Amino acid sequence: MSGRLVRIGGGQGFWGDDLDAPIRLVEGGPLDYLMLDYLAEVTMSILRKLRDRDPSAGYARDFVTLMGRIWPTCTERGVRVVANAGGVNALGCADALVEAGQEIGLAGRARVGLVLGDDLTERLDDLLAEGHELTHLETGAPLSTVRDRVRSANAYLGVGPVVEALAMEADVVVTGRVADPALAAAPLVHEFGWAVDDYDRMAAAVVAGHVVECGAQSTGGNCMAEWWTIPDLDVVGFPIVEVEESGAFTVTKHPGTGGRVDRASVTEQIVYEIGDPRRVMTPDVAADFTSIQLDDEGGDRVRLEGIRGSEPNDSYKVSIAYSAGWMAAGTLLYTWPDAVEKARAADAMLRRRFERLGYRFDDVRTELVGWNAGHGPLSGPPPVDASEVQLRVSVRSTHRASVEAFSREMAPLVLTGPPSVTGYAGGRARIQEMVAYWPALIPKSAVDPHVRVEVRDV
Amino acid sequence: MTSVPLLQLAHARSGDKGDSANIGVVAYEPELYPILVEQLTADRVRAHFGDWVKGEVKRYELPNLHALNFVMRRALDGGGTISLRTDAQGKVLSAALMRLELQVPGEVAERTRGRGRVPPGWRPPER
Repeated sequence: MSGRLVRIGGGQGFWGDDLDAPIRLVEGGPLDYLMLDYLAEVTMSILRKLRDRDPSAGYARDFVTLMGRIWPTCTERGVRVVANAGGVNALGCADALVEAGQEIGLAGRARVGLVLGDDLTERLDDLLAEGHELTHLETGAPLSTVRDRVRSANAYLGVGPVVEALAMEADVVVTGRVADPALAAAPLVHEFGWAVDDYDRMAAAVVAGHVVECGAQSTGGNCMAEWWTIPDLDVVGFPIVEVEESGAFTVTKHPGTGGRVDRASVTEQIVYEIGDPRRVMTPDVAADFTSIQLDDEGGDRVRLEGIRGSEPNDSYKVSIAYSAGWMAAGTLLYTWPDAVEKARAADAMLRRRFERLGYRFDDVRTELVGWNAGHGPLSGPPPVDASEVQLRVSVRSTHRASVEAFSREMAPLVLTGPPSVTGYAGGRARIQEMVAYWPALIPKSAVDPHVRVEVRDV
Repeated sequence: MTSVPLLQLAHARSGDKGDSANIGVVAYEPELYPILVEQLTADRVRAHFGDWVKGEVKRYELPNLHALNFVMRRALDGGGTISLRTDAQGKVLSAALMRLELQVPGEVAERTRGRGRVPPGWRPPER
């Protein structure tokens, strides 16, 4: 091996992931960049709801807390951070970061970059008026059918603005919606000066990003292959890619951490949440996952090379979230003898009551946890003489009052229904607003003029 | 030929995109990949899931990784955020697929016997 390496670690696979993982990554060995992915498909709508209530909210606050812990070490070791923690308020996130930086004595020693312009929520009516129909990618329905219920709309931006922020010497870059792998690809474009139309290298960068963006899922977590032999997952090492100028890279983790990096753990992540592997589409490149040459070198090192890519579409993907009604789920535990029969009898009682009382549900689902909640009709016959099953009934409806009424329906079964039932300590079923996901496309030319990059000195 | 569950031949991971789910299936050994290509067709996977998956199933090949990718539409009862299923995001569809039975030569069945399952008597390590 020759030439320089850029080391990028993936420290959060979703908002709610292991909060100590980024600390292990920064302190446990050499690292150049830390990328943190906070945004799942509908996280933006949750953040927007928070911001509606409090204009200073709308971003991942625990990212600011995390930076308070790792920033001094990052500054000392030259680790730069790229995170989509900005949610629907990258500006607010950046301000909070600057304040946090000052509090820990980094004034004059750190710079925050922020990326704006992914948020299309306020622009939706203009965009529709301009003729962008934002049709649903799967169903083809026009957005106008749900327009009045839209909560958030965000374009997935590419590496461009993140590279710009890094060029402006930001140590921490905060974005809103950016294609997940772009958070790792941007540092590579910045460090190696790759041309954005060097599609093979861009594809390699995207694969590198894809491998680290789900955290421990590439280092032994959630790995089906001989999972019981994977050591010390309680201190699992989060993934690091060591990228060469050619685009070839090695997936690894810090020494002394738990987990495993091998052919199985990395390959499971490569095939995670992809469509057509020949054209895995991102804003920057269509990556060809069938070109990946993978070599398990042993010692928790897997090398990937030969990756090819081609020109991407001229559209950004847009993730739109809209309110779709309410849901609630309740559970009760039925025990031996005849646990399955008791749970089924209770379910039948509920359904007769729903009908008699005229509740308006769009769907009612019954699962017997311990038998068929995970694999549904593939679960086979119910367990013989089960010691227990948990009855889980869930409903959804656009009629809120029906869902509220449902939340009061399960508890009485403890006294009115079949015997040997318990497990209602949790109280009434919690009513949740359902936010549905509406994927669409928009021409890049309708978004790019609105994308802005700014920096703030601590 | 002997019937064995896919569990003995491959491992897999599944996830969601809207109301679609994908299952990436990876052969444990390169020699097992042709068996998957031949027998683990989109139609068989579609039939295996029955009502649990409502839309079409498409298969893609990744011979470089000895892997197949199945994209299944209308597989999640409406999608991750509105599905009433416990498994709203299709995380255990991969395990459900492992139940599917394939025909393999007796030698392969013998060699892969027990794979995918914890060894008898296994316990988590104590600290």
